[in-house]
Amino acid sequence: MEPIIEINHIQFSYQEDSPNALTDVSLTINKGEWIAIVGHNGSGKSTLAKTINGLQMPQEGSVTVGGKQLSEETVWDVRKMVGMVFQNPDNQFVGATVEDDVAFGLENQGIERSEMQKRVTHALEQVKMTNFATREPARLSGGQKQRVAIAGVVALRPDIIILDEATSMLDPEGREDVIATIRKIKEENNLTVISITHDIDEAASANRILVMKEGRLYQEGTPEEIFSAGPELVSLGLDLPFPEKLKTALKARGVKVPERYLDEEGMMDWLWTSVLSK
Amino acid sequence: MMNKLIFGRYIPGDSIIHRLDPRAKLVASFYFIAIIFLANNWQSYLCLGIFTFVAILLSKINLRFFFRGVRPLIWLILFTVILQILFTRGGTLYWSWGVFSLSEYGIQNGLFIFCRFILIIFMSTLLTLTTPPLSMSDAIESLLRPLHVLHVPVHEIALMLSIALRFVPTLMDETEKIMNAQRARGVDFGEGSLIQKVKAVVPLLIPLFVSSFNRAEDLATAMEARGYRGGEGRSKYRILKWSNRDSGVIVVFVIVTIGLIVLRT
Repeated sequence: MEPIIEINHIQFSYQEDSPNALTDVSLTINKGEWIAIVGHNGSGKSTLAKTINGLQMPQEGSVTVGGKQLSEETVWDVRKMVGMVFQNPDNQFVGATVEDDVAFGLENQGIERSEMQKRVTHALEQVKMTNFATREPARLSGGQKQRVAIAGVVALRPDIIILDEATSMLDPEGREDVIATIRKIKEENNLTVISITHDIDEAASANRILVMKEGRLYQEGTPEEIFSAGPELVSLGLDLPFPEKLKTALKARGVKVPERYLDEEGMMDWLWTSVLSK
Repeated sequence: MMNKLIFGRYIPGDSIIHRLDPRAKLVASFYFIAIIFLANNWQSYLCLGIFTFVAILLSKINLRFFFRGVRPLIWLILFTVILQILFTRGGTLYWSWGVFSLSEYGIQNGLFIFCRFILIIFMSTLLTLTTPPLSMSDAIESLLRPLHVLHVPVHEIALMLSIALRFVPTLMDETEKIMNAQRARGVDFGEGSLIQKVKAVVPLLIPLFVSSFNRAEDLATAMEARGYRGGEGRSKYRILKWSNRDSGVIVVFVIVTIGLIVLRT
């Protein structure tokens, strides 16, 4: 697999004398991966995301995106490759209507109008918002606004999509909807997705989880590896997945449970086989 | 709060007036206000009145909306008209008491001013009722474009205008929310003496300001992440189209102007 993002020993602090928001972070992300970044509040997750597209420049170390090393000169090229969806659906809606908002990024790149119309229509189709094209943001729900934000990113055809807690202000239904939409778009366009999240189900469906703690990359591994840490997760600002909770509850009642991580399906299999074999 | 305000509200529709280019409508409305001062006798006012009435009929909007547009200004209008009637002398004098008088010219002047007010309000209400705010800001941008030569930041003004328009309902919602939250903590809005009323606004204004700063920060980050770097090299998604209909508006206005010049004394 070819790496698309390489981060080398970066260091970042918001003000000179304040403690570092990021300390000696190094990581490589491959093309087509779905990465989840988790960690408690203030662990540097969002700062890390912002250094990837140059919204913040690290004081030390280097960031390379798609073969281009991030610097003042390359920052706009890098931003073309990286699309970002932020947390608050209201505050990132620039356009006066849905289609204007989707077109905003295209306008910035000076793309021709006929091409823009094609891309806007296509992007709205992908997020199933075609019927809302002329609506104003005040008349949309939070999930719908977030889907528009995704359409705005998709229309730009980036290689990487970063979700900066993009689902944290949505209800469970809207959250599932948004994640499913992104998953579909990722598969269709072979995108790399970096999702910063507190949502455990979202993290569980990633290829790889990065755990941040106090500005450092604390742990890195597949969901199975990370979740087998069990109760330690709670101290890292993560909830336990439901099968893990069940395992803990069973353990407390003296049932012997397997040590390795089981997803819902695996848990079900283990439960019925163990009941039958008794 | 919003529902009572007719002025500045848009009523969706598909009439000829709705479909006109917003630039044509904006310029025409201003021009109308200018030529209204040409009228100085009842024939010319009748001409303008019929013209306005036809325009309103063409928009297929209920007349009720136009009267509602006049309502908040009715006291100002009546005050001006009564002043005109009482303080103008000339022609046949019907009644007088000290500086006050009731004369032929006075009554005539009062009526003319009344008509002038009504016509201006009807016309500007017609403009706002048939033009979405967004098209209006597009029209303003397009009309201001020549000022670019004089180093007026037209793109920035237009961007601020459209962002401001887009955030009006969002901020209205937020105001309502903060008001209710403060009410729940025992703040009384609109009660007590003037000073108390002003003081009660503080717990509303400060959170609103702070959250606006946060919103601005978030929005700026989001815009930058989507590649916004100023007006240079941008293309436009939204384009205004000038059609024959719009040229027709100009012709109609030229005819009305000539008619007025002929009719005035």
